[in-house]
Amino acid sequence: MTRLVIPMTQEQVPVKSPMRSLVLVCMTMLMLAAGSARAELLIRITEGVESAIPIAVVPFKETGTMPPGDKISSIVRSDLTMSGEFNPLEPEKMLSLPSRQSDVYFRDWRMLGQRYLLVGEVTRRGERLEARYELFDVNREERILGETAAAPASNARSLAHHISDKVYEAITGETGVFSTKLAYVTVTGQGDDIRYRLQVSDIDGKRAKVRLESDEPILSPAWSPDGKTLAYVSFETGKPVIFTHELATGKRQKVADFRGLNSAPAWGPDGKSLLMTLSRDGNAEVYNMDLSTRELTRLTNHWAIDTEGVWDHAGRGIFFTSDRSGGPQIYHMERPGAEARRITFGSRYNARPRPGPDGQYVYHVHQRDNAFLIARTNLNTGEESIVTRTEADESPSLAPNGRMLIYATEQNGDSVLTVVSADGGAAYSLPAAEGEVRDPAWGPVTTR
Amino acid sequence: MNLSMSSKMFAMLLAAGLVAGCSSTGETMDEEGYGSDVEAIDQEGGATVYDGTGQEGGVSSSAMTDEERAAAQRKAESEQAAQAALRDVTTFYFDFDTSEIKPEAREVLIAHARYLAENPRAEVRIEGHADERGSKEYNLALGERRANAVERFLIVNGASRGQTETVSYGEEKPAVRGSGENVWAQNRRVELVFD
Repeated sequence: MTRLVIPMTQEQVPVKSPMRSLVLVCMTMLMLAAGSARAELLIRITEGVESAIPIAVVPFKETGTMPPGDKISSIVRSDLTMSGEFNPLEPEKMLSLPSRQSDVYFRDWRMLGQRYLLVGEVTRRGERLEARYELFDVNREERILGETAAAPASNARSLAHHISDKVYEAITGETGVFSTKLAYVTVTGQGDDIRYRLQVSDIDGKRAKVRLESDEPILSPAWSPDGKTLAYVSFETGKPVIFTHELATGKRQKVADFRGLNSAPAWGPDGKSLLMTLSRDGNAEVYNMDLSTRELTRLTNHWAIDTEGVWDHAGRGIFFTSDRSGGPQIYHMERPGAEARRITFGSRYNARPRPGPDGQYVYHVHQRDNAFLIARTNLNTGEESIVTRTEADESPSLAPNGRMLIYATEQNGDSVLTVVSADGGAAYSLPAAEGEVRDPAWGPVTTR
Repeated sequence: MNLSMSSKMFAMLLAAGLVAGCSSTGETMDEEGYGSDVEAIDQEGGATVYDGTGQEGGVSSSAMTDEERAAAQRKAESEQAAQAALRDVTTFYFDFDTSEIKPEAREVLIAHARYLAENPRAEVRIEGHADERGSKEYNLALGERRANAVERFLIVNGASRGQTETVSYGEEKPAVRGSGENVWAQNRRVELVFD
């Protein structure tokens, strides 16, 4: 008998409505499910990059009782390090600990080789936490960002990730993704005790919450563009069936339960349709389902395996995997149902395409000798380049800003999710606390 | 044992011979890939030969002596025992990224097909699996293709459509955990699960 647990959810109310300089971060209390701390992934920074930008994040001045857990400025420092694009200065090396512009001596920070400086103050006001912070360009001695943001005291991490996003955007000009979420599947136990858990956490693995627990496999989580719903494949009925699952309410719908395979869900750009692989008509083909009418349009028609359909960056055409040439390769259709053009040629095994946001690259699983790595193919030149340095890589998923990539792999025999910068630079890993972790899906930016 | 029972045995023996001959059909199917052989599967005519009713014409036991009958019966019984022993094997292995049934799997699969033909109420769930390498979603499709290949083989060799059901688990349910070719080889498989 299948055991299935759908935890009651008390969802975070969507975040941050900017009001003048005050950004309100309003979230409801997060109910910590029993055992969720154990389910949490532990971050392990595996390497940095030499070109990382030096930034000093001064420990924020604290007024009033702070909530337990990491300090806001520590979380910001950790976020910026994780991105691989920043090299935050260790607080022990700081010559002074200013919390506002009037206390800043730029000469000190120049001496320490810092290009940017973040200072601030966190104040407890009743049940809320307010953070006032300022970002400076050290060489120009210029304030480039100043803001006050607030959140319920129980959501200090959201407040910190918000500050990280603002700092990241002010310096790089790119969208910050520190407030986004990851979905992934953990597997613990063996035999009759095996448990599959679909979880959602922050991108540093913190605040993990189990969304679905089953003794049958769960796989292929896919975020709706608004970040409110996950589609995934669950074997809870004894075969692969596609469900959608509203995170706020826990409401689930069985959307594809045809004879044979129901797999590889991928949302349409408007969130109203779902690409999927079905074998109801004989063998694996890519279909598009209108979610309101459940009407299916068949997009591929070939005796080979066609699967892993995903919309391209423009939301007009579709990438998919097919082994029509003998082994799996990636194909592109200019529009749904159009003639398929083969994209990858450099290896006998290329699968699971994920387009970069600028249309220049498609990322995919790639076999080289006996290793399975993540590679990217330049869509203009056809050139393939390896992005990862591990050897059992699967399930690449890009951050919404295209600057980072998460995938499942093994490190020293441990099952981990690894994040690399999209050109293959700096990395951090989220090892499973127990058992295995896999099938990462990077959620969208939902708050602006 | 009465006459009709022993003629039934004979029909089974005859079937065994025919089935062995039929395996060439399976070969053709596998070599031709997936498109061209689909028609042949629907020709279920072959199945009637192995339906185990003993109603096939042409098998006459009246010409046999009691001794011959006893010998035939012994032979049939030992053949049946051998067939049952073959059916102890319910897992079939595949090479990486292929769904071709290996030659060594044929005899056993034929024994399973015969069992299904002779036991019309028996049902089998055909579970396809892949090793952990490569993409999960592609592996789901690959597992299905393996399960379908085995299903086609069973049907061509006497099972009927209503008796079989396929499901692919892709790489989600490895038989053996870990990595390395030895582990992977044990995970690229199709398992037959009888009720």
